[in-house]
Amino acid sequence: MSNSKILANSVDVYYGSKQALFGISMDIKEKEVTALIGPSGCGKSTFLRCINRMNDLIEICKVSGSIKVDNEEIISDKTDVVSLRSKIGMVFQKPNPFPKSIFDNVAYGPTIHGLVDSKNDLEEIVHSSLKKAGLFDEVKDRLNEPGTSLSGGQQQRLCIARAIAVNPEIILMDEPCSALDPIATAIIEELIDELRLNYTIIIVTHSMQQAARVSQKTCFFHLGELIETGETNKIFTNPDNTKTQDYITGRFG
Amino acid sequence: MFFWSLVLIAVGIFSSFIYGRSRIKLNSKKQGTKSKSLPNYYAQYVLMWCLFPALIVYFSWAIFQEQIIQNIVISNFEFIEGAVYNEGLLLAEIRNVANNPSFADGKSIEIINAASHYSSLKQISQISFYTSIIIMMLLGALYASQKLKPEFHVQHTIERYIQYILIFCSSVAIFTTLGIVFSLIFESLRFFAEVSISEFLFSTEWYPFIPIREGQTAAEGSFGAVPIFAGTFLVMVVAMCVAGPLGILTAIYLAEYASQRVRKTVKPLLEILAGIPTIVYGFFAFVSVAPFVKAFGQSIGIDASPTSALAAGMVMGVMIIPFISSLSDDVINSVPQSLREASLGIGANKAETIKKVILPAALPGIVGAFLLAISRAIGETMIVVVAAGTAPNLTGNPFENVTTVTVQIVVALIGDQEFDNPRTLSAFALGLVLFVITLFLNIIALQIVKRYRERYE
Repeated sequence: MSNSKILANSVDVYYGSKQALFGISMDIKEKEVTALIGPSGCGKSTFLRCINRMNDLIEICKVSGSIKVDNEEIISDKTDVVSLRSKIGMVFQKPNPFPKSIFDNVAYGPTIHGLVDSKNDLEEIVHSSLKKAGLFDEVKDRLNEPGTSLSGGQQQRLCIARAIAVNPEIILMDEPCSALDPIATAIIEELIDELRLNYTIIIVTHSMQQAARVSQKTCFFHLGELIETGETNKIFTNPDNTKTQDYITGRFG
Repeated sequence: MFFWSLVLIAVGIFSSFIYGRSRIKLNSKKQGTKSKSLPNYYAQYVLMWCLFPALIVYFSWAIFQEQIIQNIVISNFEFIEGAVYNEGLLLAEIRNVANNPSFADGKSIEIINAASHYSSLKQISQISFYTSIIIMMLLGALYASQKLKPEFHVQHTIERYIQYILIFCSSVAIFTTLGIVFSLIFESLRFFAEVSISEFLFSTEWYPFIPIREGQTAAEGSFGAVPIFAGTFLVMVVAMCVAGPLGILTAIYLAEYASQRVRKTVKPLLEILAGIPTIVYGFFAFVSVAPFVKAFGQSIGIDASPTSALAAGMVMGVMIIPFISSLSDDVINSVPQSLREASLGIGANKAETIKKVILPAALPGIVGAFLLAISRAIGETMIVVVAAGTAPNLTGNPFENVTTVTVQIVVALIGDQEFDNPRTLSAFALGLVLFVITLFLNIIALQIVKRYRERYE
């Protein structure tokens, strides 16, 4: 277990008095794609948002238990949330570029973290991030146009470029394709496959085909509990749990 | 007279309601069918047909009666050859004699005759007033009762009438606005007939009382409004210097940092600031702030006057804080949460997120809030009347006293002057300028805010 990137141990989450997650324990390996699947409201997004402490934004949300990233506890008041989040990038369900130029969208992270000293460095980071996100060729002539002028799929890749510009180790994706058409989805999925070589990726998805296509590990959530976790191949062909079986064969959810 | 007629109308509509109700019940019983609508709707129908004709009679009498009677009296008046009459005075005299016969002593026979003519006309008018109200109510009720058949879908008709009533009510406000605009324009035209537009807009001397040129008869005094506009501008700038930063920072605190509970308490409290009568702010400015400003000015070697642009502007700034903070808070709140998450997700801290993402995204709305606040500031009257002074100084020094458009309007209209000289008419010209400026500011501000809302909703 030396290459464990994220180690979760009995994570409970409460929204006010309502418990949303029940004792989630999970081990996520480095440079793999882990898919979190399950019916709506099962807590998979909630779990994802624990990993970069995004749940802090919700006043009534309380997280207990332990999550270790690179053996460092992050569910603690002492955690430096800002540096944690620069290490863990996030891509959201709806593409959310800033109302700024394409260039400034990608440059935002490197600038606030002081990663660059000169304009040339910044330009290089922006270009290489856009290339890694597979967007550079499409937008290289109009880097000064607003990010919101791109198509949905392009916007989502812009958001991915923005996330990898600060050189994170982990990328969290919260249903990144749910607002996209099949072609844009295929492009993003291909991209995820390439990014796997350099990043640890956790993706929440509603589409079981997508989970099967892009992930190596799959975790099935149901009603706030982690039902089953394992190799994607195994989950989709021969799951141990009957609930998992029912879900992936479309009997509920 | 009009009180008793209201009682009469009340009795009429009450009985028409009862009548309509029992009549439709009777009719449906006769036919053996159930009425299409509930009996109360038929009763309302009769009531409306009884009420509206009565109201028409009532208001036409209230508006026209006196005028018509006066015209008749005047046209029958036996004017004495060669004598000069003032019609208004003559009428007042006739009315006095008619209302109080003891005034008749010593009046000429023509007046006494006219007074008795006036009284008799009044009596006729009164009798015909009551008769026509009763007749109109009866006619209305009669027409309505013809229609009281069970198969009549009275509900639809009632809905339509109610719609007419609502349209009428809402058009009252619109027509009032139009009336205000026209009266402003016409009175201003009278002013500009005596004072040239270029003098008004570009000359720097505002002395509405003193004739400064020899042989000047039409326009006494000089009417260069530049110092007034400059004073208004100065007070507005001071106010915005106070309200702008405070309002924006308050909004940022409320929208981004305060907990729900704090926000729910503080925001209404701030809005109470907007509800304080402005004259009370005026006291505050004059009694507390102005002496402080004067003392402060002296301590840094500037001779401040007891009322100053600075005192008025600062208090006005406090007054408009809630406009800016409340609107900006709404705008900042409507910046989508996803942008906050995107920024925080990259590892930006809260201050960076606000500075680099939220405020730029909210900027158009904040500009809109500023423009609305400015238009409020230049239209504000009582604070400046009390605390800014009335001297039309053309100055950029906020420690001096200045005057504003609204103050000059107040000054021009104080006293028992008639609207026939440039001094009082200048109020309308100033009002027109104020109206045009605030109108444009409001239109631009609302456009900006609207476009901004469309972008994110």
